[in-house]
Amino acid sequence: MDLVTEIAILALAAFVGFEVISKVPNTLHTPLMSGTNAIHGIVLLGGLLVIGPADGFVNDLLLVIAIAFGTINVIGGFLVTDRMLAMFKGKKKAPPGGP
Amino acid sequence: MDPDLINAAYIVAFVLFIVGLRMLRGPRTAVTGNYVAAVGMLIAVVATLLQDGVGDFGLIAVGLAVGTAIGIPSARSVKMTQVPQMVALFNGVGGGAVALISYAEFREAGGDIELERLIPILFAAIIGSISFWGSNVAFLKLQELTKARPRIPVAVNGGLAAVVLGLAVAVAAGAESEWLFLAILILAGLLGVLAVFPIGGADMPVVISTLNAFTGLSAAAAGMALDNIALIVAGMLVGASGSILTKQMAEAMNRSIGNVFFGGFGTGGSASAGPASDDGVDRTVRSTSAADVAIQLSYAERVVIVPGYGMAVAQAQRTVADLAADLEKRGVQVTYAIHPVAGRMPGHMNVLLAEADVPYEQLKEMEEANGEFARTDVSLVIGANDVTNPAARTVADSPIYGMPILDVDKSRSVIVLKRSMSSGFAGIDNPLFYGENTALLFGDAKASVADVLSEMQNL
Repeated sequence: MDLVTEIAILALAAFVGFEVISKVPNTLHTPLMSGTNAIHGIVLLGGLLVIGPADGFVNDLLLVIAIAFGTINVIGGFLVTDRMLAMFKGKKKAPPGGP
Repeated sequence: MDPDLINAAYIVAFVLFIVGLRMLRGPRTAVTGNYVAAVGMLIAVVATLLQDGVGDFGLIAVGLAVGTAIGIPSARSVKMTQVPQMVALFNGVGGGAVALISYAEFREAGGDIELERLIPILFAAIIGSISFWGSNVAFLKLQELTKARPRIPVAVNGGLAAVVLGLAVAVAAGAESEWLFLAILILAGLLGVLAVFPIGGADMPVVISTLNAFTGLSAAAAGMALDNIALIVAGMLVGASGSILTKQMAEAMNRSIGNVFFGGFGTGGSASAGPASDDGVDRTVRSTSAADVAIQLSYAERVVIVPGYGMAVAQAQRTVADLAADLEKRGVQVTYAIHPVAGRMPGHMNVLLAEADVPYEQLKEMEEANGEFARTDVSLVIGANDVTNPAARTVADSPIYGMPILDVDKSRSVIVLKRSMSSGFAGIDNPLFYGENTALLFGDAKASVADVLSEMQNL
């Protein structure tokens, strides 16, 4: 992909981000922050892509840690968001992990 | 696998992210929205693993397994009151991952790297490192592991930023030193630590949101370096949404982002706390008892509960919900007034109250709530301080002057549950406490509410 295409995508994605988010009510801001937080865990992909071609112990170590970090970000992010949102569902059942 | 197929999968993935975020707009669709985004993530990860040239699956498995083993238990076990610090940590590791990937990319490429990849790598390394270290400091602060708030002159951070930028330009200009790159990572990390350390607890929501946006932007930069469309789109989505959220939060507190990061509250606050005490207000407080509060509440027609961080610390949300349920059984109309920045994150109070099974419909946002205080018999303020401070309307030199507040002082009577007479995070005196119609009930929020509830059941 050439640079111009990438920058065009970047600009459009920014506008989509602004549009989608500016309509979220205050009350859902914490789950929203947590949800977007999970989405930037997509950096995990970067680790997956780079570790194959990478040589040497140090690079491998850096990238294994990066993959682990990215995984924590993704899994932890979505789970915490789900736990928060489950509480908005109403009185039917309490989440099992709750205090 | 065919690269077109991989890219098609990526497009499906980020369409799912966008749809998922859209669904997070309403309480009814939000749960599904989160699943939709998670499915998008799964598709993106699987597609990447199928890509040609991706290898070292043993190491990948180790990384994924370690991440899962840490991520699942920590997300499951975290208490709802501690969610803000958990989000800070998850955000931090994301930024850390970006920084590590950029560093490995740089090492891998040696000096042989074209500028249109090198610049995004440097950007990702700097922002990722700031986000990692800044988020960890935010975690320490929210977990109250440190209460230190050193004063760091703007010049120090500015100088540090200039040095980091200078080193980055040197590397981009062809200095192929790995040590320079390492120095950039370390100094950017130091900048993250120094920038967040002086910021007080009340401003942490803005900080976490800013760092969240930073991590998104750094992920997008990493995507440009790796020519990966999923990273570019998803990273930028988060960068944009985080910026909007940050702006909204800062507006709710009537502060600019620059003001948050470069001081003002801590210093200005303590300096102009003085004037509040010589403005001729009668400075005696009226303290009350649980029994009195119980009587006042049960004979009221309309009660508005105003929760704040004190309720979260005391884990009082369930007791508060029990009290409200008991009042409703007596025919008292109960609503909750939620200030956008009450607690440590926007929506923090909503999450806690939802956990205690408070119906969504009873939660009123600030504008709606403010229209109703004049018709309210009793406002019950539970551990909220700065967001109810009338000085924001009246005292022009107060550091929070102009901040939208909940006008609890307009209700017929106000009962404030407080641990002690100390001021809020902003460190500003609150004239509300000296008002004629205000009574204070001292003690831990949960214990106080429980006392009121048991007194009420004895009526």
